[in-house]
Amino acid sequence: MSKINFLKPDKENLNTFLYLGSFLFVISVIDVFLNSFFSLNITGFLPSSLSFIIPIILGFIGLHFIRIEQSGYKFLDQVNKNINTNNFNAILSLLIIFIIIKATPPILSWFVVDASFAGDSKDVCSGTGACWTYIKVWFRRFMYGMYPNAEQWRINLSFIALALLGSVGYFATEKFKKYLTLYYVVIYPFIAFLFIFFFISGGPVFFDFSYGIIAAVISIIIGFFIPGRFKFYYFIFVPITLYIALKYFIFYEELIELGKLDGLNWVETGAWGGLSLTFIISFFCLIFCFPIGMAFALGRRSDFPLIRYISIGFIEFWRGVPLITVLFMSAVMFPMFLPEDFFIDKLVRAIIAISLFEAAYVAEVIRGGLQALPRGQYEAAKSLGMGYWKMHIFVILPQALKLVIPGIANTFLALVKDTPLIFVVGLLEIVGMLNLAKTNPEWLGFAMEGYVFAAIIFWIICYAMSKYSYNLEQKYKTER
Amino acid sequence: MKLQKIIPQLITVLVVVLVFGFFTYNAQINMENRGIDFGYGFLSQESSFDVQFSLIEYDGSHSYFRAYLVGLLNTILVSIIGIIFATILGVIVGVARLSPNYLINQFAAFYVEFFRNIPLLLQIFFWYFAALRALPLPQDADAMLGVFFLTIKGLYVPAFIWENLNVFLYSIIAAIIAIVVIRIHARKVQETQGKQLPVFWISVGLIFILPLLSFLIGGVSLSFEIPQLKQLATTSFIYEGGLSLPPELIALTLSLALYTATFIAECVRAGIQGVGKGQKEAAASIGLNPNQVLKLVVMPQALRIIIPPTTNQYLNLTKNSSLAAAIAYPDLVLVFAGTALMQTGKAIEIVSITMLTYLSLSISISILMNWYNKKIAIKEK
Repeated sequence: MSKINFLKPDKENLNTFLYLGSFLFVISVIDVFLNSFFSLNITGFLPSSLSFIIPIILGFIGLHFIRIEQSGYKFLDQVNKNINTNNFNAILSLLIIFIIIKATPPILSWFVVDASFAGDSKDVCSGTGACWTYIKVWFRRFMYGMYPNAEQWRINLSFIALALLGSVGYFATEKFKKYLTLYYVVIYPFIAFLFIFFFISGGPVFFDFSYGIIAAVISIIIGFFIPGRFKFYYFIFVPITLYIALKYFIFYEELIELGKLDGLNWVETGAWGGLSLTFIISFFCLIFCFPIGMAFALGRRSDFPLIRYISIGFIEFWRGVPLITVLFMSAVMFPMFLPEDFFIDKLVRAIIAISLFEAAYVAEVIRGGLQALPRGQYEAAKSLGMGYWKMHIFVILPQALKLVIPGIANTFLALVKDTPLIFVVGLLEIVGMLNLAKTNPEWLGFAMEGYVFAAIIFWIICYAMSKYSYNLEQKYKTER
Repeated sequence: MKLQKIIPQLITVLVVVLVFGFFTYNAQINMENRGIDFGYGFLSQESSFDVQFSLIEYDGSHSYFRAYLVGLLNTILVSIIGIIFATILGVIVGVARLSPNYLINQFAAFYVEFFRNIPLLLQIFFWYFAALRALPLPQDADAMLGVFFLTIKGLYVPAFIWENLNVFLYSIIAAIIAIVVIRIHARKVQETQGKQLPVFWISVGLIFILPLLSFLIGGVSLSFEIPQLKQLATTSFIYEGGLSLPPELIALTLSLALYTATFIAECVRAGIQGVGKGQKEAAASIGLNPNQVLKLVVMPQALRIIIPPTTNQYLNLTKNSSLAAAIAYPDLVLVFAGTALMQTGKAIEIVSITMLTYLSLSISISILMNWYNKKIAIKEK
């Protein structure tokens, strides 16, 4: 056995260092663990200041001893490489391990152990833990806002139907693949619009919805017999014409008659709220802001100076102001700009405001993609005799949009995260409902639970979206 | 050919003009019907409302313009504090994400993913309504370091009481000028003689020694006014003296800094990763030590990538500070577009002034940014 130099652990006395180091390290972790989980202090006999830092000192010495390069043990090498490269890293690693151990018991006890889940009144929430009963009691309000309980199946049905219709792309056979773009760009938003604005709001306008569905079904059935080259025009114009014909000419009298019957109860948009409103607003703003943004991105790169300047003005204006002032504008200033008898629902106004705002950001993202394309692509398309629109639709935009998937996903994420701001126009989505519920005299003092609940929901939505966009990016990545 | 170019532009302009004309026409009619007149004269009228927290002297007898200034200054205050903290935190987290230490980079990644994916407004509400409400009442608060008091009514810190403050400021300005001069001189020496002067240590020395001299010779002195607990009624206590930061300000800066730091961290990470490995290896192979590699090779290139998106984040932070209205921190939106608008009913004028203020802020920063970008861009032949 050779001489042992404790300042310089080496391979010769590998086992001695290994056992000693692991022992010290384990002791330090056990000390902290007992301390935080069982409030047991095994170094309590020492002076308090010393017993506080003793785990760090022990752990540090332990990690110092096991820091042996090329030890021959795979696991040890992994540990050294990952958390123990030098003294500084060792201390940081120890601190993080200790923080995790220290933080676990209070978080666990607040979330689960001491929390109350049962019951439906405030009385069960006496402990120090979270009061999930509060969330349980208010769950419907957080999800649906002031929407009447008896009618909430309409929201559920709409969302389920839209989700099913939206997932068509995954199940489409090769034969129908080529219609998917048309479906997602024209038909799907149209059906979604019908569902949300007529089915969820109900009332006499519900019949509009029925006519819309009838028109869509009839036109899709006939659509199979239309020759391919007319299909595009057909699917844009025929459903709308059919719908108008159904509404104003064929069933007009019936509408008046049926309106007296109870079709679906009318629920005004002021009563909408909760998480479902978050979804509705995000969904529509997402659909609207994309084409507007694309138009302004093209406008900003246009050869016509006047169009270019107008686009630049539009984009820079919306990008320069905070969303909250835009919503202020839509709430107090916009009504002044409209004819007096002309009334736009405040939900629609909010959707228009957010769409225009986000469209400016989408435009800048898409412009980035357009600029990143090499000139050769434009020149090649032109040399094939393509015009402006053909060139952009078939050559430029598919490549540019592929490039900017992460940017667009970020903009959409920002959009979802911006929806709580609609409290400015008096609409209450989930965060607004939380603030309302927290002022309820029966349920004072549970703000924390509410915010944690909403934070978890938003986190899951946003994280899922960002992961999805990452997958999309990987899927469409093409080597250049 | 000419006509083809003119017609689309003409149509676009016509549409824009029509839309704007339609809006102004309606606005005119609406205002006539409601008996509102358009004008900015109200700015000089007496505002007759109070603001809880203001940097300049203000009460109800001042004008609306002064109220606007109060709001603007509060917005700038919260933005500057937020930017400072967000930058510090963002750089630390961004560097930590590149750490070879598995625990550290996972911790940093967790931080970024966690705070980035929760709406900022929710975070502000959380800190203001849930976290800060759990703080002790003034009479129960423990002193931190003996002088700071964190209570439910805000943070109380000792106030500085300066004597001959201007001498102290002059000394700092003199130190900065001296440092700049020495830097220029050092660069000249290096270019002509190849010698490197210890500029960093000289700078550190100057920035400490000159202000110190001002204390010894210039008659500058500094004392602290420590907040004292004072009883107003049997159960009502406040702190007097010192500086008090309202809880709204703390919640707002905290959430703005935590939220924006995640984005800055990503910018920093992208910037450092953007510098090719070959650059570092090449620098090391010509004999630069690790510090020099970082200072002379990596940082200048990384900063070129980091600064533009980070400036955007600063701008975002400034715009996001308008969320203050939700927790009643008296910023520009709350004071001017909220209270003042409510009182005067001048919707168009006030909303347009508010928007123009933010707009001019953004545009001036983006002009500065473009200038900077052009200056540092790699000049290719």
